[in-house]
Amino acid sequence: MIGALLNGLTALGSTVTRRLERLGLAARFSLTVIMVLWPALRRTPLVIREVYFSGVRSISIITVSGLFVGMVLAVQGYEVLQRYGSADSLGVIVSLSLVRELGPVVSALLFAGRASSAVTAEIGLMRATEQLDAMDMMAVNPITRVVAPRFLAAIISLPLLSAIFSAAGIFGSYLVGVKLIGIDDGAFWSQMQANVDFRLDILNGLLKSVVFAVAVGLVSVFEGYHAAPTAEGVSSATTRTVVTASLAVLMLDFVLTVLMFRGLM
Amino acid sequence: MSASEATPLIDMKNVRFGYGERLIIDGLSLTVRKGEIVALMGGSGSGKTTLLGLLGGRIQPISGEIHVAGQNVPTLARKELYTLRRRIGMLFQFGALFTDLNVFDNVAFPYREQTDLPEPVIRDLVLMKLEAVGLRGAHPLMPSELSGGMARRVALARAVALDPMLMLYDEPFTGLDPISVGIVGRLIKRLNSAMGMTSLIVTHDLTETLRIADRVVMLASGRIHSDLSPEGMHSSTDPFVRQFADGLPDGPVPFHHPARPYAEELFAR
Ligand SMILES: Nc1ncnc2c1ncn2[C@@H]1O[C@H](COP(=O)(O)OP(=O)(O)O)[C@@H](O)[C@H]1O
Ligand SMILES: [Mg+2]
Repeated sequence: MIGALLNGLTALGSTVTRRLERLGLAARFSLTVIMVLWPALRRTPLVIREVYFSGVRSISIITVSGLFVGMVLAVQGYEVLQRYGSADSLGVIVSLSLVRELGPVVSALLFAGRASSAVTAEIGLMRATEQLDAMDMMAVNPITRVVAPRFLAAIISLPLLSAIFSAAGIFGSYLVGVKLIGIDDGAFWSQMQANVDFRLDILNGLLKSVVFAVAVGLVSVFEGYHAAPTAEGVSSATTRTVVTASLAVLMLDFVLTVLMFRGLM
Repeated sequence: MSASEATPLIDMKNVRFGYGERLIIDGLSLTVRKGEIVALMGGSGSGKTTLLGLLGGRIQPISGEIHVAGQNVPTLARKELYTLRRRIGMLFQFGALFTDLNVFDNVAFPYREQTDLPEPVIRDLVLMKLEAVGLRGAHPLMPSELSGGMARRVALARAVALDPMLMLYDEPFTGLDPISVGIVGRLIKRLNSAMGMTSLIVTHDLTETLRIADRVVMLASGRIHSDLSPEGMHSSTDPFVRQFADGLPDGPVPFHHPARPYAEELFAR
């Protein structure tokens, strides 16, 4: 009885210790990455290459997703608004939802699944095949050469992708709301223009997606860099990236939203 | 002979290293003189790769001194370590070529990262190194298009790009067909003499090792068990050396993983 209890406590203790150790490792790793951001940024071609792989190649999925989300928002929004006779405000509702929330959040989730998982797999494979060790032995710091450009690429790409997502979404809602349902064209755009605030809505949305990019980017390079050097190691690291990054985005979104709109409470 | 030539290029003294509680290297001392080709042999998991990691400063010993070219590696700061590493070449077990770069760019990598040479000069240097390993014609290929032996030779060309004083080889023959083993072995020997290098080769391939090495060092229980010339390996009566040289399944290195007695296990309830 006491033996079983002790065993349980020991197991719990060692799990907690392992988690904390990994958290410490992640914090220290993040610091070393941040320390070399400037030298990495000066090697622009390397960063551009990663922006291409992570960012440019995500444009199509982001655009298509944004379009559909916008179209759904238009249908749902119209259904509610017309009950109160304010269907003209559809543009406002849709654009605020997109710019404040769905643009940054859904883009970050898609980015985690599409680009960050690939980054983890790529770095993990370089770890497993000793490419990172070889680089280090050639007196080239893999953090500067491999990790930092990919992290920077996330920070550059994700805010832009969020903007594309929101724009595509607004266009989608325009197609459904104005072209299909028949809301007044002028009212749709002018209400949107009058009610979307640059600082409160657009800048805050941008800030969110920068924070998400830092989180998603760090998770992906950390998991890749510290993947166990085996096939299972790389695949489980990839899964962890998607799970951890997605959870981080949703939790950070709550924190940021509360901070940004705390005046309401 | 000047003083610098008299001091050994590698001088390890009483080195200890372990992962967690388990000691892998336990009181190891080893010297390698300039110009030598030393082969390091030992069973799988005996710590050969670990030893190369210690020499390159990728892992820190618990205690002991590791001098390479007169510098005590564990005490070096990152900057000094990187300066030293520019003069050390390492061939990893499976070549570790950068999979996103073609053969040419792999060999050009050290020049582009470590020198300010103009691109036409780099081009000539890369082609020279590739010519030396017989693969100049393969320069546009991607690593995935190479055979194991070719990949190893490209990695060798990359490792010697900056004309290192010391070459570390981690199982350069493993997984190669006999012809490729011969080719890589001869290349190692030729590069060592032509470029005035010193080589430490971790290997299991006894035939090829005896052909090219000046000394064969055997690693067991975390320290140097024996240090013999190739002829000495043939004539040694040491049971451990014999087990290795003759490929015997059982001997000082047991066939069985440590276990409780067989009868006890079978009849245990
Ligand atoms: N990163 C590591 N963490 C824990 N143990 C390790 C690690 N790397 C190697 N080992 C263990 O250390 C021992 C020596 O490994 P290694 O030097 O790779 O042996 P080998 O002689 O086959 O090259 C092995 O038993 C291995 O399991
Ligand atoms: Mg090994």
